[in-house]
Amino acid sequence: MAVTIAKERWTNNVAEVVLGTEPNIVKIGGESTLPFLHFEGEMPNRPAVALEVWDMEPTGWPDILTSAYAGVLNDPVAWAKKCVEYGADLVCLTLVSAHPDNKNTSPEECAQVAKAVADAVNVPLIILGCGVEEKDAQVLEKVAEALSGRNYLLGCATQENYKTITAACMVHGHNIIASSPLDINLEKQLNILITEMNLTANRIVIDPSVGALGYGIEYAYSIMERTRIGALTGDKMMAMPVICLLGQEVWKTKEAKSTTEEAPEWGNQERRAILWEVITAVAFAQAGGSLFVMRHPEALKQFRAHIDKMMQSNAY
Amino acid sequence: MGLTGLEIFKQLPKTNCKDCGHPTCLAFAMAMAAGKAGLDQCPHVSEAAKEALGAASAPPVALVKIGTGEKELTLGNETVLFRHDKRFEHPAGIAVTVSDTAGEEEIAARVDQINKLVFDRVGQLHSVNLVAVRNDSGDAEKFAAAAKAASANTAYPLVLITEDTAAMEKALELVGSKKPLLCGATSANYEGMTALAKKYEAPMVVKGANLNELAELVEKVVALGHKQLILDSGAREVHKVLADQTQIRRQALKRFRPFGYPTITFVTNEDPFQAVADAAVYICKYAGIVVLQTADPADILPLITLRLNIYTDPQKPIAVESKIYEIGNPGPDSPVYITTNFSLTYFCVAGDVEASRVPGYILPVDTDGISVLTGWAAGKFTPEKIAEMLKNSGIAEKVSHRKVIIPGGVAVLSGKLQELSGWEVLVGPRESSGIPSFLKQRWNV
Repeated sequence: MAVTIAKERWTNNVAEVVLGTEPNIVKIGGESTLPFLHFEGEMPNRPAVALEVWDMEPTGWPDILTSAYAGVLNDPVAWAKKCVEYGADLVCLTLVSAHPDNKNTSPEECAQVAKAVADAVNVPLIILGCGVEEKDAQVLEKVAEALSGRNYLLGCATQENYKTITAACMVHGHNIIASSPLDINLEKQLNILITEMNLTANRIVIDPSVGALGYGIEYAYSIMERTRIGALTGDKMMAMPVICLLGQEVWKTKEAKSTTEEAPEWGNQERRAILWEVITAVAFAQAGGSLFVMRHPEALKQFRAHIDKMMQSNAY
Repeated sequence: MGLTGLEIFKQLPKTNCKDCGHPTCLAFAMAMAAGKAGLDQCPHVSEAAKEALGAASAPPVALVKIGTGEKELTLGNETVLFRHDKRFEHPAGIAVTVSDTAGEEEIAARVDQINKLVFDRVGQLHSVNLVAVRNDSGDAEKFAAAAKAASANTAYPLVLITEDTAAMEKALELVGSKKPLLCGATSANYEGMTALAKKYEAPMVVKGANLNELAELVEKVVALGHKQLILDSGAREVHKVLADQTQIRRQALKRFRPFGYPTITFVTNEDPFQAVADAAVYICKYAGIVVLQTADPADILPLITLRLNIYTDPQKPIAVESKIYEIGNPGPDSPVYITTNFSLTYFCVAGDVEASRVPGYILPVDTDGISVLTGWAAGKFTPEKIAEMLKNSGIAEKVSHRKVIIPGGVAVLSGKLQELSGWEVLVGPRESSGIPSFLKQRWNV
């Protein structure tokens, strides 16, 4: 009995966002179907993966993570180069030191560090603030200016600080991460607010605030599925690619941090922790993530190998 | 999908007798249309109506059971493509393989390793579900001996993997009473294999070389009178398995009957890391059973956790038990945190207390599993309830101080709470991610 292949007739696709400048550009989004359903529609760009770089030496990262970056953790430029060596499509520079609880680094100093990192690598950058909304607006404004015209991705813009960041992105030619707290209505609303300031929709990337495997991953998973279905059925204000800032979530879980001796029943720590990051990414790729920010180079390598496989045609 | 409420209503007695537990026949019909009630709840329905509604009211994916007793595995009854549409009903069964080329002791050791794959997550135990015995030897006697050895050493149901009906028969003579999954029938052996499955009333995998052949074969097997089936489309590469799994679920929901059964997937990737990634895709995307070759807890823990997350009912916030949770090894000087028993809230707080590297106690107040602000707004996260928990949980015996940290979002509760409990109330950060820096600044100063 012949089976008639069931194909959905979607009416819209996810916007394609271009990051960086020629010849070093990374394109994300553009899908006209659900993730990896090549039999049904197009997935013109493979999901891109960034590794994270901090502007100050991290504390509390487990040894299995820091050992991959031995000697460069206090030097963002060298660290970024290391990430490129490891095969990252982009570098995600997180300006952690700007946090008032850390070094309270000034926006000007942050911009200098961002410039130095940008000049040292040829992959596009994602530049994140420290998570304090007010400070991030000041910092990202200066960063946008210092890197004017490079077409990078800056974030995270929230309901509180999107105006300053959107304006800076418009003036200096960057793209914006619109961040919402696990809520599809707030997600859409922020996209509307940003586009109302006349930043075009293909310069916005959605951050739904993902959790790690075992720590609420299902909430972001379903929001991402709903976002993708919204995009494919014609909602332009949900038709932006999704970024998954998962490294920061994974590496604070006890499954990633407990040593083999502390949790022998969970198996070898290195294998378990890397898999924790890989499997978190694999699940989000199935839900519709287009851009992944990870931490461990081996997790990056394994996830990219997985993507290679998923990008092969499964047309009938 | 199935019939509308009105179409069902036409077939009912329309007596509004309430014997089904619904106030009217129409209400019952609507509940049935929504998949929340079954026709068997109506004691007065006519045979004609049963006939008319039977097929339409059957779930799009048949319910299939493997094994007997406490560890019996139930699959199927799925009704949606996306968990947010309703929920995924029966979590994918995880099977771990045992080869029949191993000796008896080796098999016992391997099965023992599989038995140990049990993990505690907030007081609930999660484990693998099946032991899959593979006829790698090609020898019927060895296969039967391996099945017997595996069965003797585990309470989990077995999957018997051989396409040789003679080997299957030998194994079933020894372990058939435990209703293992026969794996299985192909176009070459389906008559003999189906006869065995019927004889032992056991579920059986039907394997096609592709979707077309699978559909044909299922119809032939059903024509022979066996309906406890599990589908295998033959695909083994992850990108193709994803396509086939998606097709089978979509077709099942469109009531294409040959695909109205749970599925089985086999992880055959030779790269051990990639194998786990492949399995994760299958857990996300519709697999009824995932057969793995690894029994390494570092591989199994992420997969079992993913399954737990994906199969969580999105309409029902999951709650953690309201009791004292110890993070690290807290002592009499350790901080005490108040939060709600919504599991996501609790996990966020637990993760961030852990990240602070300062051991502490977390007291999730029972708010019926809703979050801090929702709980406060709904009057379920009140100073009275928090004070009661501080008093009755036994936390006062565990710590020597009397300081309690409450979420920043409900700072407004602090005055009343201090008055009711006598504890000094510290207003913590609004987001749990602020806990590490909050502790640095505010604890023990």
